[in-house]
Amino acid sequence: MKIIIPVKRVLDPYTQARVNKQTQQVDLTNAKMAMNPFCEIAVEEALTLKESGSASETIAVSIGTDKTVDTLRTALAMGVDRAIFIKTDSELDLQPLHVAKILANIIKREEAELVIMGKQAVDNDNNQTGQMLSGLIDYSLGTFISKFDLSDDASSVEIGREIDSGIETRKLNLPAIVTVDLRLNEPRYASLPNIMKARSKPLETIELSSLGIDTSPRIKILSVEESGTKDRASKQVSSAEELFTELNQMGVL
Amino acid sequence: MSALILIELNGSDVSANTRAAITAALNLSDSLDALVLTNDASNASSVSALAGINSVKMIVDDALEHANVEVASRLIADVMNDYSFLVAGSSTFSKNILPRVGALLDVQPISDVCEIKSKNTFVRPLYAGNVMATVETSDETIVMTVRATAFEHSGDGGSASVETISASMPSANSEFISLQESVSERPELTTAERIVSGGRGLGSKENFALIEQLADKLDAAIGASRAAVDAGFISNDYQVGQTGKVVAPKLYLAVGISGAIQHLAGMKDSQVIVVINNDPDAPMSRMADLVWQVDLFDALNELNAYQV
Repeated sequence: MKIIIPVKRVLDPYTQARVNKQTQQVDLTNAKMAMNPFCEIAVEEALTLKESGSASETIAVSIGTDKTVDTLRTALAMGVDRAIFIKTDSELDLQPLHVAKILANIIKREEAELVIMGKQAVDNDNNQTGQMLSGLIDYSLGTFISKFDLSDDASSVEIGREIDSGIETRKLNLPAIVTVDLRLNEPRYASLPNIMKARSKPLETIELSSLGIDTSPRIKILSVEESGTKDRASKQVSSAEELFTELNQMGVL
Repeated sequence: MSALILIELNGSDVSANTRAAITAALNLSDSLDALVLTNDASNASSVSALAGINSVKMIVDDALEHANVEVASRLIADVMNDYSFLVAGSSTFSKNILPRVGALLDVQPISDVCEIKSKNTFVRPLYAGNVMATVETSDETIVMTVRATAFEHSGDGGSASVETISASMPSANSEFISLQESVSERPELTTAERIVSGGRGLGSKENFALIEQLADKLDAAIGASRAAVDAGFISNDYQVGQTGKVVAPKLYLAVGISGAIQHLAGMKDSQVIVVINNDPDAPMSRMADLVWQVDLFDALNELNAYQV
């Protein structure tokens, strides 16, 4: 069983996003970038399956300019067998529908039976790509998973989904796509020897233009503005009585 | 230019986020229909009573009890031939299904709409809500989810006609096994007027009971930070933040929460924020209207004992 793990390079999640007012874009010049945290969890799950003997091969896929190779090297250093780099000439504004179409192409070519990916990327917060991919290639779909148990014959998987009302357990027949939530596992760090080893692992480059996929934007960002948390007056209180008095005066009790 | 609202039911009640979707959709179209996928036709009564809905389209089948996403997305995509807009409230229910509908329709959906500028221009959050983007879509059919905290929740008072649509059930390649549902007598987190939220500082599941006690005293819902959920103090459906639930109550009382940006993203629009923490440098404290810098156990004991 081949596993494909799509991964995305994003602004480091512990870095504050800043807007460039002239370009009306989030300013990523010289910003610290990292693999999307949900993608790290997806990589970890795929590696666990490979190590347990359930998977034959793990393949990381990413789309972007040359810098995206860094993210693929991170996946390789964590332990993924090989990587596919879909190269774009410039910073295209690829949207989940485009990404899903590109991934559908690669999954068909690789005949992968399982796709493990993050439930959302922490930059655009769309939470769409896995679901859209499943619709395009008609794979069964398990979103927001915090539990993944492959059947002994690897024909199905029992998943636990974190949903608004609790945890839903479902069985998916393969081929399937799962999108992972935070509590599925604790991703490993790449060790120094593995970082060295990753440099010689196979990384195939495919020009996006060679895939013949229409990537004209469906959505145009007209403007962006920072809407970060605003500091408040922070009046100090020092007893329950004082607190309740304040809250009563504010009319929120 | 009519719009279809995808109805999310909690039992036979229409969810609060669906009511927000109706308010939002009235900015897009004067003519709203509702789509209900259910195994129980009697659920339609709560839907036909919704204000603003002209007609309820219902697909009833045993297979729809725990809506299988492959089945639901196909059924919805087929109904969409007659509509220009598909709108649902943001939830794990809609976020599971709507993007797949989008793919079937060759449409790029728009997630978590917070403001409707025009029929094709919307405001939505990026980067955990630290950036708000105004986006314009060129798709002819528009598929979107809307934030329940950004729109009024429409009420009842309607008397829509109900039409049962006969549809053959598409085949499914997955099946429902079980639902471990969190049952609570307390107000629902995303619609509560008051929330008492606990973090890693509580230290244990047993100590988290102090949060529950205070919530009951204030008739509040319970919330939690990711750290508290990860540590097993409370289950996942109480998590507030970028990847959990987004809330905007009148009162958000944060106890032992340091305030990672992912948590702040989920509660920063609360009307009054109270922080109880012994760390004056915690990011959470800067967000607070009221700060009580104290050992949180001392504070919880005093609050729980206080006669209001």
